Amino acid sequence: MTQPAINNKIAVSEKYAELFHASRSLLDEGSSPLFNRMREIAVKRFEQSGIPGFKNESYKYTNLQAVFDKDYHPAIQYRKPEIDLNQVFRCDVPLLDTYTVLLVNGWYYEGNQKLQGLPAGTTVGSIRQIANEEPELLQNCLNRLAGLSSDPLVALNTAFAQDGFFLHVPDQVVLEKPIQVINLLSAKEPVFATQRNLIIVGEHSQAKVIFCDHTWDACELLSNSVTEMFVGRESVFDFYVVQNQNNQANSVNSAFVKQEDHSNLLTCIATLHGGMIRNNLNININGEHAEAHLFGMSFTDKKQHIDNFTNVEHNKPNCMSNQLYKNVLDEDSVGAFAGRIHVARDAQKTNAFQRNNNVLLSDTAKMNTKPQLIIDADDVKCSHGATIGQIDEEALFYLRARGIPETDARLMLMNAFAHEVIQEIRIEPLRNRIDELVEKRLRGELARCHSCDKN
Amino acid sequence: MLCAPCSVQLVTFNFDHIYIMLTIKNLRVSVEGMEILKGINLNIKPGEIHAIMGPNGSGKSTLGNVLAGKEDYEVTEGEIDFMGEDLLELAPEDRARKGLFLSFQYPVEIPGVPMVNFLKASINEHRKYKGLEPLTASEFLKLMREKKEMLHLDSQLTNRSVNEGFSGGEKKKNEIFQMAMLEPKLAILDETDSGLDIDALKVVAEGVNALKDPQRSVIVITHYQRLLDYIIPDFVHVLYKGRIVKSAGKELAMELEEKGYDWIKKELV
Repeated sequence: MTQPAINNKIAVSEKYAELFHASRSLLDEGSSPLFNRMREIAVKRFEQSGIPGFKNESYKYTNLQAVFDKDYHPAIQYRKPEIDLNQVFRCDVPLLDTYTVLLVNGWYYEGNQKLQGLPAGTTVGSIRQIANEEPELLQNCLNRLAGLSSDPLVALNTAFAQDGFFLHVPDQVVLEKPIQVINLLSAKEPVFATQRNLIIVGEHSQAKVIFCDHTWDACELLSNSVTEMFVGRESVFDFYVVQNQNNQANSVNSAFVKQEDHSNLLTCIATLHGGMIRNNLNININGEHAEAHLFGMSFTDKKQHIDNFTNVEHNKPNCMSNQLYKNVLDEDSVGAFAGRIHVARDAQKTNAFQRNNNVLLSDTAKMNTKPQLIIDADDVKCSHGATIGQIDEEALFYLRARGIPETDARLMLMNAFAHEVIQEIRIEPLRNRIDELVEKRLRGELARCHSCDKN
Repeated sequence: MLCAPCSVQLVTFNFDHIYIMLTIKNLRVSVEGMEILKGINLNIKPGEIHAIMGPNGSGKSTLGNVLAGKEDYEVTEGEIDFMGEDLLELAPEDRARKGLFLSFQYPVEIPGVPMVNFLKASINEHRKYKGLEPLTASEFLKLMREKKEMLHLDSQLTNRSVNEGFSGGEKKKNEIFQMAMLEPKLAILDETDSGLDIDALKVVAEGVNALKDPQRSVIVITHYQRLLDYIIPDFVHVLYKGRIVKSAGKELAMELEEKGYDWIKKELV
C-alpha cells in the first residue's frame, strides 16, 4: 500500500477522535454517568487502532475507509422530527401484533406512546432515560460484552453512545407479543448516527425483538450501532433484523449475546436494501445445554456491499450452535461471510455447525466466504460448508419444461434458495411478510415494506 | 359443412394439423461437436404410441431432450414440425404449453419449491395459454386429488418439495402424475421404466393407459420390452448410432427382447 493511503487512514481515524473531543461536553450532557465514565477508555482504544483497514483480519473483505472518509454531520443532539412519526410509521403487517417503538438517528423518539399491556416488571424505553432514572437495571450489563471487544468500531460506539433501545424482561415473564423497534435514519444532509441498545432477558423468560432498519430520505448516512443482549437461564430469545435502507445508507452493526444454561437463542438477519452493511454477531455461550441458531440472508445488486461476520464462543460443554447464511448477489455487488467458531478446552460434547451458500447471478458479482474453526476440545462435532454457485440449470429446465416461463422459474428457484432461511423465523406473520418482501426484491420491485412506508 | 363448397378446404386444413402431430425431418444434432443424431425421420399421428428402442448411447434420450427444448444440444440440420409450428423456434415453456410433455429420465430434485406451488404454476400457465381462467384453490386441490387417486399416489408426495428425497420409483410416478395433471397432446416417456419395480411399473403403465385418447400421442423411449407389455405400441423404432435403422409393429419389441440388438447390428453390416 502506498504512503498516502496510510496517511489517509490515520487522517480518517483522527477525524472521528477529534470529533469526539470537540463534542465531549455535548455527549456528556444529559447522559448518565454510566455512559460518561466509559467514554475516555473507549476513545483511547479507538485511537490506538483507528478505523479497521484491510490488514485487520476481521475486516479483510470490507473497506471501511471510503465510507468513514465522507463528511457527515454527527447526530449528537436529539432533533425532533418535523412530522409526527406515529402517524406515518404505522406498521400494518397483517396479523403482526407487536409493541412498536421508534428510534430516529439512534435516538429514542419522544413521541413514542407508552406501551399498553406489557407484563408487570418489564421495562421498555430509551436507554438514556433509563440509565438516568433506574441505573440499577442496567449497570451490571452495560458494556459488559462490548467492553471486551477489540473491535475499534465498538469502542467508537461506546465513546459516542448517548441513546438507544432498552428492554428488560424480568425472570419468569413471557412476552406474548414481539417488540418491534423501527430504527429510522432520517436527515436532509449526510448524518453519522450512533445507537447503543441493551436487551436483558431474565431467567425462565421469553421475548422476541424485531429490528426494522429503515431510511427516510435518499441521503448518505453512516450508522454505527451496538446491541448487547443477555439471555438468562432457561430463557428463549429471538432477535430478528430486517435491513431495508436506501442504497447510500452505510451501517456497521455489532451485536453481542451472552447465553446462560438451557437458553435458546435465534437470530435472523434479512438484508434487502442498503449500501455498505457490516453485521457483526458475537455469541458467547456461557452455560450448559444452550442452543444458538443464527440465520442470515441477503439480496444485493448494483454496488451494494454486505458483510456478515459471526463469532460463536462455545465456553461450556453440551451446547449446540447452528449457522446458516445465504446470499443472492447480482450485478456488481459484493458479499462476504466470515464465521468463526471457537470451542473452548472444556466445552466437550459441543455441536457446532455452519453453512454459507451463495448464488451469483452476474459475472461481476463477488463473494468471499471464510470459515474459521478453532477447536480446543476433543469430543465435539463441528462442521462447516460453503458454496458459491449459479442458478441450477437442470432445475431451471425442469420448471420450463412444465410450462413455467424462464423469469418465473428463476424466481421460484431463488425463492426456494432463500426459503430455507425464511422458514426458520418463529413469528408467522413476520415470516410471511419477509417471504413477500424477498419475492418482491427478487422481482426487482422496490421492496420497501410498504405498509411501514410513508403514507 | 357438407354442402358448402369450402368444406373441402376445411377438411384439408384439418388434415394438415390433426392427422400429423409431429414430423421430424432429417434431424441432425451435435453435442460439443460430436454428432449424436444423424438424420432422424419420424411421423407421429394423433393417438399413436411409438416406442423408440435401442442400445445404450444410440441417441434415444438426446431425441427426447431436443424435442423438449434443452439448450445443451445443437441442431445442425433438419426440421421438426409440431402441430403446424416449427418446434425448434419455440422456448421450452412454449413447447410445454402447446402440449408437449417430457417425462424425465432423471427428474431433478428442487428443494424449497413445494410440489403444490410448482404444479399450480404449471397448470395455470397451461390454462393461460389456452385463454382459460386460473383454477381456484379448491378446483386445483380437487383435480390433484382425482389424479392422485387415479395413480394410487401417496398423498404425502404433494406435501413435499419437488422430487426432494423421493425414491427412484416415486420420482417416476411423480412424472406420470404431472402428465396426468397437464394432459399433454404428445407425451415423451424417457426411460420411465428404468429403476422401477414391477408394481411401480404397472402403476406407471396404468397411468399412461388411463390417459389414452385418440388425440393424444405417446413416445416411449426404453431399453427393454418390459414396459411395452403394458403400454402396447403401434410402432417400434430401433435407434442405432443416431439413426432409425428399423421400424415395425409391436412384434419387433418381442424379437428384440429375444435376440438382443446384435442381430440388427449384423443386419446393417
